[in-house]
Amino acid sequence: MAEFRELTIPFSDETIKSLKCGEICYITGPIYTARDAAHQRMADMLAAGEEMPFDFEGNVVFYAGPSPTKPGMVIGSIGPTTAGRMDSFAPDLIAKGLKVMIAKGSRNDAVKKSVVEHGGVYFAGIGGIAALMSECVKSVELVDFEDLGPEAIRRLEVEKLPVVVALDSDGNDVYDRKR
Amino acid sequence: MKEIHVSKITDAVAELCIKACVVVAPDVRAYMEQAVKEETGTARQVLEDMLKNQDVAIERNMPICQDTGMTIVFLELGQDVHVVGGDLTAAVHEGVRKGYDEGYLRKSVVADPIHRTNTNDNTPAVIHYEVVPGDNLKITVSPKGFGSENKSRLKMLVPGDGIECVKNFVLETVRLAGPNPCPPIVVGVGVGGSFELCAKMAKQALLRPFGSRHPDPYWADLETELHEKINATMNIGPAGLGGITTAMAVHINTYATHIAGLPVAVNIACHANRHEETVL
Ligand code: SF4
Repeated sequence: MAEFRELTIPFSDETIKSLKCGEICYITGPIYTARDAAHQRMADMLAAGEEMPFDFEGNVVFYAGPSPTKPGMVIGSIGPTTAGRMDSFAPDLIAKGLKVMIAKGSRNDAVKKSVVEHGGVYFAGIGGIAALMSECVKSVELVDFEDLGPEAIRRLEVEKLPVVVALDSDGNDVYDRKR
Repeated sequence: MKEIHVSKITDAVAELCIKACVVVAPDVRAYMEQAVKEETGTARQVLEDMLKNQDVAIERNMPICQDTGMTIVFLELGQDVHVVGGDLTAAVHEGVRKGYDEGYLRKSVVADPIHRTNTNDNTPAVIHYEVVPGDNLKITVSPKGFGSENKSRLKMLVPGDGIECVKNFVLETVRLAGPNPCPPIVVGVGVGGSFELCAKMAKQALLRPFGSRHPDPYWADLETELHEKINATMNIGPAGLGGITTAMAVHINTYATHIAGLPVAVNIACHANRHEETVL
């Protein structure tokens, strides 16, 4: 087994600063799902000066949309979607305080810059291990945008969700092959 | 003339949708079981998690991945088959509706590419029809996630570009895709034909079982060469976190083309390379 760290939400600024690119972490606590359509709406609301659907400060956003929940289960399969599609929205949300993100795949320079500037972190989950990840989810609560179906914002209580530090607060990128 | 009732087609499609999403393909499983022995550190850990995930999916009868894709359906309809009881196309869409509902699969299709309202039943499917000799109906269902679909590319090369440009285009596509299409990936390549056939061949190449080879040794050798090169040089690895297991297979399908053309298409599939088929 590779080395790993266990983290509990909320993360202090010191914890975020101490995270180093490539570290395997297990995250416990509440996280909020939001993907393409929810990001579009949050961006529109932000532009209109409206209040965000959940408190950003110290919270974690998970770019994910689960499959439907079977009777008797907590949630369906769930895992990270490709982060790059949220790159155009992320800097404004990071500036607003939503500076801990979980998704998969690489980020663009604007997101890297924001993460460094605001002391954030981007974790990558493993894409496509969604049945296994569903076992980390202990409860689910709808927060907003119910009409978006799988793309609604949900609050998940997770236990030991496996992720890797993909972009640390110094701007190191786990996917950078020149590293 | 053999008759096939549309209700049988609907049921078959529904079943294939569910099975493809829940049960990992045996060739993917076998490849990963071998690869896990050859990797170390994070790459090994990731592959172990992927294998564990495949077990959990079967145990709990839930999809391997939450993105259960847009449903691609290939129909090979024997010319001596008479489809009765309704409309063939409608029967396929109905099968997708049924499978995604009963299998608790995610509905990931929007009705219009710009207005983007979810159709809430994963229809319409993308259906390809081919009429073949005989009296069978072969149905192949491939739920295709868009993490990998989005990293696919097509280029209209010209004859003077030659084989080196074909190779470079394939390698460049895999490099640009990087960690995003959930490696280890399958690389489907179409070379030749026309614009649309080239793309379709790339998709069909993804359906070939691992270990299958292009019938022409020239292209079969190229499949091996590209596969080895991707794994030896790119260090993308499982989940893009580094390693030698970047591609599980490279399959090339080819067709005749125009004197002025050399189209090449690369369709990428993630490690959830889902496809199931049946013959009615
Ligand atoms: S690319 Fe494949 S494994 Fe990754 S999230 Fe999409 S469907 Fe799942």
